[in-house]
Amino acid sequence: MALPAHATSGEKVFYYGYRVIVAIIFFYLIFPLLTIIPLSFNSGELLSYPMQGFSFRWYEDFFGSGRWGLAIKNSLIIGLSSMVLATILGTAAAVGINRADFPGKQIIVALLISPMMIPLVITALSLYLFFGKFGLNNTYAGLILAHTILGMPFVLITVSATLQSFDYNLMRAGASLGASPLRVFFKIVFPNIAPGIFSGALFAFATSLDEVVVVMFIAGPSHRTIPRQMFSGIRENLSPTLLAAATVLIVFAGMLMLTLELLRKRNEKYNSPPGGGGAAK
Amino acid sequence: MSEQLADNISLKKKLQKAERRKKIEALGLISPLFFVMLVFFFIPIALMLYRSIDNSQMPAALPQTADIIQQWSGEGLPDEATYAAIVGDMRIANEEKKLGMVGRRLNFDLVGYYSLLSKTGRKIDEIKGPPYKEALINFDKKWGDTRYWTVMERGLKDKTLLYLLAAMDLKYDENNKIVKVPEYEAIYISIISRTVYISISITILCLILGFPIAYYMANSPPRTRNLLMIILLLVFWTSLLVRTLSWILVLQNNGVVNNFLMFSGIINQPLELVFNRFGVYVAMTHVLLPFMVLPLYSVMRSIPADYVRAARSLGAKSITAFIRVYLPQTLPGIGAGALMVFIQALGYYITPALVGGPRDQMVSYFVAFFVNERVNWSMASSLGVVLLILTGSLYLMFGKKVNIANMKLG
Repeated sequence: MALPAHATSGEKVFYYGYRVIVAIIFFYLIFPLLTIIPLSFNSGELLSYPMQGFSFRWYEDFFGSGRWGLAIKNSLIIGLSSMVLATILGTAAAVGINRADFPGKQIIVALLISPMMIPLVITALSLYLFFGKFGLNNTYAGLILAHTILGMPFVLITVSATLQSFDYNLMRAGASLGASPLRVFFKIVFPNIAPGIFSGALFAFATSLDEVVVVMFIAGPSHRTIPRQMFSGIRENLSPTLLAAATVLIVFAGMLMLTLELLRKRNEKYNSPPGGGGAAK
Repeated sequence: MSEQLADNISLKKKLQKAERRKKIEALGLISPLFFVMLVFFFIPIALMLYRSIDNSQMPAALPQTADIIQQWSGEGLPDEATYAAIVGDMRIANEEKKLGMVGRRLNFDLVGYYSLLSKTGRKIDEIKGPPYKEALINFDKKWGDTRYWTVMERGLKDKTLLYLLAAMDLKYDENNKIVKVPEYEAIYISIISRTVYISISITILCLILGFPIAYYMANSPPRTRNLLMIILLLVFWTSLLVRTLSWILVLQNNGVVNNFLMFSGIINQPLELVFNRFGVYVAMTHVLLPFMVLPLYSVMRSIPADYVRAARSLGAKSITAFIRVYLPQTLPGIGAGALMVFIQALGYYITPALVGGPRDQMVSYFVAFFVNERVNWSMASSLGVVLLILTGSLYLMFGKKVNIANMKLG
């Protein structure tokens, strides 16, 4: 994107004008997050600048108070359990889908990833009415199942992506040397598609941690998660503890992003063809 | 010769067997997930859709009346037997605490029914018969009004279109014909068109903001590109609620933007930037922008520079080369991004609920409203049907072309 030496003044104006526009759009993206972080260390009660002083009191409230403590606990229980379930079910299904062609495969794939595309409020309403009949509203089991379904498409997509570059001859080699199918999976398939599985699991966890519409419909007061607690916090009284919670979630997002980036790089390295692959690039 | 043939056949059979085994294995691996999805996703959604026309709790609450009223011609008042049946049914329904539900549902069709039923239910023991017809009409003249009986007859059927019709601003008139509701009662068509309008606007805004930055990222050196990608992905991965909250802080009356504008003397009074349509546009575009940029970026990265160079060398101006050669190649990315943003925007609830005003709420908000505030599941389901048709038809029409399953997720 460098400006050539012979650029006309019009081209110069366009070149710098364009860069300014790009900078403004990125500013629009990052600016709101940057305002929230310093304010979470404000010692005063107000949620606006200027800051009155530095303190950790809102973080103490976030990690120490009963309401938020319960929300953190619930988010972890629901997030981790649904992550494990979604990862197991999604990985198995992804391996199955990539293993053989069968009639109606495309429709099945479209159905399996439909929870991503169907508006959350429809999922929430359907589960609320359905769970009502079986006493699953206001239970961990109901919430975990709901979040498993919402997180699973991500596992399916990420694992399928890594499987596309997986060499099935390796499985045949393993089997021909006498390994059982399970042994082949854990010794050969798993190490190869592990980055995809871990990314999928992180996606599923992040989905659960951010989900609030379904929780709103099917969870009672004792099953409130962090985002649910934030939703009522924003609605009812804007307390600075919200900003502490938000900052913790921003830090989590950063860690998540870095981990996913590492996994992606590792996967690329793993699956690049041996001998450089200069022609492919 | 025959031996070779036999060999061939057995090999073919073996191959077929192996293929079949592979298929069975594949189905075996998919089936646990499919089963869970069937039981906890597809069946609940199907039941929810059915809920929009299901009326079976009504004949169950007033069984005798439901039975006998079918014989009513619809002309004049029903006979004594119907009146006797409804008094008996109401007595039982009142004891079983079902009369309130019946009243609410009938009131949806004809305002005034709820109070009529609760009033009659409270004093059911004072209504003595036979003849019950006279006793009821003496108790309240409405029991002698055919309109109430038309609604009762319609309301005691097993299935009803009442709520689906209401979701499209339609209703039954006195002659059981489907008509538009009067202007002042019509709200849902305007809510649906508002939802579509906001979603289209957000999609266009995302395209206007997303295209330049995707192009810039796709054509910068790796260091810049990585830095910009990190910013984009950090925003993408940050919780929806965090981003919504941060826009409230930025845009509120004593927020950063207003403080800055007042401090620099551009305005004297804070601008109303949030809890209105402007806030919805700013926050929702922010939330959905990465869904536009990521597919656009990955398509742009795969466009070779040679075509544009060829066009330039053949004498095209840079703007012509861009519009006629580069832009058409980005269309798959624009399509994927626009579809993702539009479909998601249609179902948005949280962000408009928190940063919008009462006139900026979308269909999802009213689904939640009917569940939480009105306990009217039929109406909630009917609006759910409308929303599902909107998003589902788009997904079916364009989903395959755009291939969402292959979407890169950052």
